[in-house]
Amino acid sequence: MAVPQKRSGRTPRARAATAPASAPSVRPGAPKRRRSGAATPSGPSGPPAPGTDASGDTGTIPSVSSGLAAEPPQVLADYYRQMVLVRVFEQRAAEMYTRAKIGGYCHLNLGEEATVVGLMAALERTDYLFTTYREHGYALCRGIDPGRVMAELFGKATGVSGGWGGSMHLFDTDARLLGGYGIVGGQIPPATGAALAIAYRSDPGDEAEAVMCLMGDGTTNIGAFHESLNLAAIWNLPIVYVVVNNGLGMGTTVQAASGEPDLYRRGGAYRIPGVRVDGDDVIAVRDAARQALHSARAERQPMLVEAVSSRLRGHSVVDPARYRSPEDTERARRLDPVPTLRSHLIETGILDLAAVTKIEAEVEDVVTAAVTFADESPPPAVADLFAHAYATPVPNTPHRLPADALMVSEP
Amino acid sequence: MTEMSYRQALHDTLRAEMLRDESVFLLGEEIGIFEGSYKITAGLLQEFGPRRVRDTPISEEGFVGAAVGAAMLGLRPVVELMTINFSLLAIDQIVNHAAKIHAMFGGQAAVPMVIRTPGGGGQQLGATHSQNIEVYYAHVPGLKVVAPSTPADAKGLLTASIRDDDPVLVVENLALYNTKGDVPDGDHVTEIGTAAVTKEGTDLTVVAYSRAAAIALDVAHRLEDEHISVEVVDLRSLRPLDRETICASVRKTTRAVVIEDDWLSYGIGAEVAATIQEGAFYHLDAPVRRVAAAEVPLPYAKSLEHAALPHAGDLLAAIHETLDATGFAP
Repeated sequence: MAVPQKRSGRTPRARAATAPASAPSVRPGAPKRRRSGAATPSGPSGPPAPGTDASGDTGTIPSVSSGLAAEPPQVLADYYRQMVLVRVFEQRAAEMYTRAKIGGYCHLNLGEEATVVGLMAALERTDYLFTTYREHGYALCRGIDPGRVMAELFGKATGVSGGWGGSMHLFDTDARLLGGYGIVGGQIPPATGAALAIAYRSDPGDEAEAVMCLMGDGTTNIGAFHESLNLAAIWNLPIVYVVVNNGLGMGTTVQAASGEPDLYRRGGAYRIPGVRVDGDDVIAVRDAARQALHSARAERQPMLVEAVSSRLRGHSVVDPARYRSPEDTERARRLDPVPTLRSHLIETGILDLAAVTKIEAEVEDVVTAAVTFADESPPPAVADLFAHAYATPVPNTPHRLPADALMVSEP
Repeated sequence: MTEMSYRQALHDTLRAEMLRDESVFLLGEEIGIFEGSYKITAGLLQEFGPRRVRDTPISEEGFVGAAVGAAMLGLRPVVELMTINFSLLAIDQIVNHAAKIHAMFGGQAAVPMVIRTPGGGGQQLGATHSQNIEVYYAHVPGLKVVAPSTPADAKGLLTASIRDDDPVLVVENLALYNTKGDVPDGDHVTEIGTAAVTKEGTDLTVVAYSRAAAIALDVAHRLEDEHISVEVVDLRSLRPLDRETICASVRKTTRAVVIEDDWLSYGIGAEVAATIQEGAFYHLDAPVRRVAAAEVPLPYAKSLEHAALPHAGDLLAAIHETLDATGFAP
């Protein structure tokens, strides 16, 4: 479902009335990015964040965050392993889709691996996660068995949602993954309500629970986003809203869709502080999310984090993304966080080629095993079609298959 | 038994459930300081405080969705929507989320929330504030929809709804808030999914719910004077629908009239008529007759509004025509 591009010749909207004169310019068609790695804080009335201009397209391989140098090697190796897991899992999912093992819609995290891993590294086990329909990687990095994730994509009884949800609707109570949501922004009010439940039952503190609510860039235009941020602000809820900005809502650019394309500033109307972070920098993402989560859990200050990265492929598996220019696609490839981190690990001597290759081979085996598990798992039994009709059974619940008579009338 | 108004029964039930269960809390527009647009929550903010009686901004999608999320974590939110008309602003959260989350995630999460909201016309509130759109929700698997017509059922169904682990829409009615009736003391739970035969009869069955059920009962009593024995089935629960009670009654009386406040096409009455056709076809002596609102956006002017809504006289006429068509003589 490719949307015709609106990009050509489009200029940024005049925003003189709503933004300071020094507001950064926005180049049409190119997501604004920064390469320094550090998060850019923006208070409700703060000045425009420095370094948020559109100068990311430098024509060179981006440098990695200075934060990487300070990380223990084992942590970086672990993050690399997780990023490769997401990468390989998604590539295999695409393959399984083309082989008709996976049906429906299938949206991949390809290109967003650093964001996925960084965000999940920041989340504590006791925190709750609400995500979008582009969520396979989050489920994996939340520690859910890849076999159960792939089985859900295959529509099998062993899937995380028992085959009821599919790619867009992964859920796992133990992992506190409270859903991938297929309706754009549908997860935002429930995530806000989960934060309300936390505030209802417990006090703030360093160890307190919090909620992370993910969304895409296009989602910041819907009403539920604004209503929810307002509720979180007036009720002081422990929630971090994360905008995963890949620059494109299907085929529509952020610049074409958003009156305030600096998405991290969209919480300003509700005095929710926002930060923008380089979504290709796993450490920067993790640290920004961790800091935001701390504000949420310890101070009940809702936060907004914008992680900017690139979508390596189309909106979904079936989207050839013809609306993207070759330059844009090439740029996304160049910024690809997986080979970037790989090169860094090798160049800095944290891992040698053999160690990197070993990680990649092990991940391949894990994903292959996941596919095998999914393939060999049974589909849900038709006898269980009404198993989840209601959580509390009541009389007269319909259990009728399409050709069944509703009732029998005898002469 | 204590005689009280429908409004009082709702109020007392909310209070009793909040006292019984710490996880029950209320949220909605103007329910605290203002004490509710229809004063159902009067005094509860003072008694329970703002943690449990939470005023919301005008953000139906936001706070209904917040109730969904709070329910997923085990709380029991009871949302008040000022009128059912405003539920349309939250319909994505009701239909795409509250109704889906239990099944769509393989039964891992329950959504034990209640949405209370009044519907109904006849108050000269105009087209956008006079609707009966419960059928939108009664259509959706995953939801439960109840519509009490008496103070006793208001208590029994609201209690059941709050204790139920599924999202339940409790449809109240503006015209019923001041009506009175006997309400059982102490714990009183009415099982969701069951209709009630509120008056037994032998000649004709009237099927109704909410305000129309009160009209039906009144008409049935009046017809006793004419030696016409009307049985009244009060649906009480629109989803699930107690089809067997409807059909058992019609098999006995052989004639049926359905009355509802809503528009006729595709309505609750249509579903009831289809049910009778399947479940009591060979027992019918006459076509099932439907009495329903005229299919226009409800006008403001008293003359037009009155003409558009069903009244006791309309039901009486339909009953007589149905009886006459079958040569019924009392």
